[in-house]
Amino acid sequence: MFKVKKSAVLAAAVATAGAGWAQEVRVYNWSDYIDEDLLTKFEEETGFELIYDVFDSNEVLETKMLAGGSGYDVVVPSGTFLQRQIAAGAFQPLDMSKLENAGNLWDVVQARTETYDPGGQYSINYMWGTTGIGVNVGKVTELLGEDAPIGSLDLVFNPENMEKLAECGVHFLDAPAEMIPAALQYIGEDPDSKDEDVLALAEPVLAAVRPYVQKFHSSEYISALANGEICVAFGWSGDILQSRDRADEADNGVEIAYNAPSEGALMWFDQMAIPVDAPNPEGAHAFLDFIMDAENMAAASNYVYYANGNVASQPLLEEDVIGDPAIYPDAETLETLYTTTPYDARAQRFVTRMWTRIKSGT
Amino acid sequence: MNWRRISLIAVPYLWLAALFLVPFLIVFKISLSDIALSIPPYTPTLDLSEGWSGLRNMISQLDFENFEFLADDDLYWKSYLSSLQIALISTFFCLLVGFPIAYGMANAPQEWQPTLMLLVILPFWTSFLIRVYSLIGLLSNEGMINQFLMWLGLINEPLTILNTNYAVYIGIVYTYCPFMILPIYATLIKLDGSLLEAAEDLGCSRTEAFWRITVPLSKAGIIAGCFLVFIPALGEFVIPSLLGGSDTLMIGKVLFEEFFSNRDWPVASAVAVILLLILIIPIVMYQRNEQRRIEAEQ
Repeated sequence: MFKVKKSAVLAAAVATAGAGWAQEVRVYNWSDYIDEDLLTKFEEETGFELIYDVFDSNEVLETKMLAGGSGYDVVVPSGTFLQRQIAAGAFQPLDMSKLENAGNLWDVVQARTETYDPGGQYSINYMWGTTGIGVNVGKVTELLGEDAPIGSLDLVFNPENMEKLAECGVHFLDAPAEMIPAALQYIGEDPDSKDEDVLALAEPVLAAVRPYVQKFHSSEYISALANGEICVAFGWSGDILQSRDRADEADNGVEIAYNAPSEGALMWFDQMAIPVDAPNPEGAHAFLDFIMDAENMAAASNYVYYANGNVASQPLLEEDVIGDPAIYPDAETLETLYTTTPYDARAQRFVTRMWTRIKSGT
Repeated sequence: MNWRRISLIAVPYLWLAALFLVPFLIVFKISLSDIALSIPPYTPTLDLSEGWSGLRNMISQLDFENFEFLADDDLYWKSYLSSLQIALISTFFCLLVGFPIAYGMANAPQEWQPTLMLLVILPFWTSFLIRVYSLIGLLSNEGMINQFLMWLGLINEPLTILNTNYAVYIGIVYTYCPFMILPIYATLIKLDGSLLEAAEDLGCSRTEAFWRITVPLSKAGIIAGCFLVFIPALGEFVIPSLLGGSDTLMIGKVLFEEFFSNRDWPVASAVAVILLLILIIPIVMYQRNEQRRIEAEQ
């Protein structure tokens, strides 16, 4: 008798736990990438309990996706990573009937994300931006003169400029998939090349300026640039703009400017998708639909200073977001931006190996 | 009676099998596989539904290609060597710092000893990660150490410590020092003081007595401490990646790159298998040392 009771209690406990699980939506997004008021708003509007975790590298997310069973309902990989994870079967197709706000998406951005996710079957665009150069205007013009090429790749890939800039500190992203296309673009090669002979051409360009790079890191430059520790950073648009705002707030006399290089800059996209084994696909769709609401998306962009892929949100954006060409580039700059596609395993190994050689000399 | 004995012996072996042998075999199997774009990202996987033929089928697809690849590229052996060097030098400095502390603790008045012991263990109450992070604040160009040295007038320009191998040494020595102090302290505290008195009575100077009596008798603790520092330091990843420079070469970092950047689990597993083989020698030596110590105590 006792045994029966025990198992009945157990079954009931499992059932309630299962029900509790279904009410939770687990979102895995980049750090510092949303207005946190939106999170409570989502819970109030939909009745789901939101569990919001953050990461800071595509590689970490991808490892979780490929290992399977991550337990997340919504994840936010960048375009090239998304494409590879779709190929690996990591995501489920979106159920468009549950996404009433899908009409708000911006066709200009959708046309470009088509490369990664044909037909937008698996993902919606959250935010996008460019990879470019952040400078401490005062220090750079002091070292290189008033006509310093702050809007050109020449600033960071010409050893003559870099030798002088080394004095005040230069950081590069520790991301070969960002730096190698930029180096190829600088020497007039195809930035999206997967050909080992072409990729190898980037090595001498980067190796020549390596001695003048203080550090390869993908997030430290935000504060280093803001407090004047370094004067040049090759990094992501929104991060450098955050650094500009921090410097303004601190009122420390540091003036930061961001430029997408005139030779052409890498344009990247962060896409929201639903893992194939998401415990709560219903809740995941509710979250995507909530994010695609014009008002919510505008609130997120106004908060993090990144452009979004939602055309209906544009009238609601603040002037210093929609009116800033560093965030929403003008049509002319938009023309020069390029996108990249993922490396296959062989090219990836070649690129990682080359990157280690550039950084460590081995 | 016999069954009881067997089950008693079986417990540690089952423990070893479940927590060491099985995980090792899984990693070893992945190291013989090939990279694939799928979940999980390697092939072949074991199909249990096919039973024995599934297992045979899987084994037939395994090969040592990844190990051959490691042998071809000098990055790997250079990283192993550089890790060995960093681990050896750090162990030496841990001993240099740890022995005097342990010696001082063992010779401190009896009533102080619990407090001193607590002070050595206290840092463990804070997360390892936070302690390493806080070293960044101390070692950076604007950090407290540089500020202090400049205030003293010893240096005019900040010393670059952070993002160099020096910072890695400082990080490892700081983090692993308690592992050196505790076993040495444990042997020193048991040292028979009358031996030192006898030495002095027989005309031995205090320094000579230290080298001829204290050091040899604490040998077991020194050896245990050295292994406890050396073994984890060899595969260390967090400290070199937070404190080291872009050119700091350590096998833990290479392993991370293989796993996360290249998404090549098979090669990453091969790197890990070789790291384990390198570690087996000191681990077996440590085990023997411990056994001898226990026997000597009995």
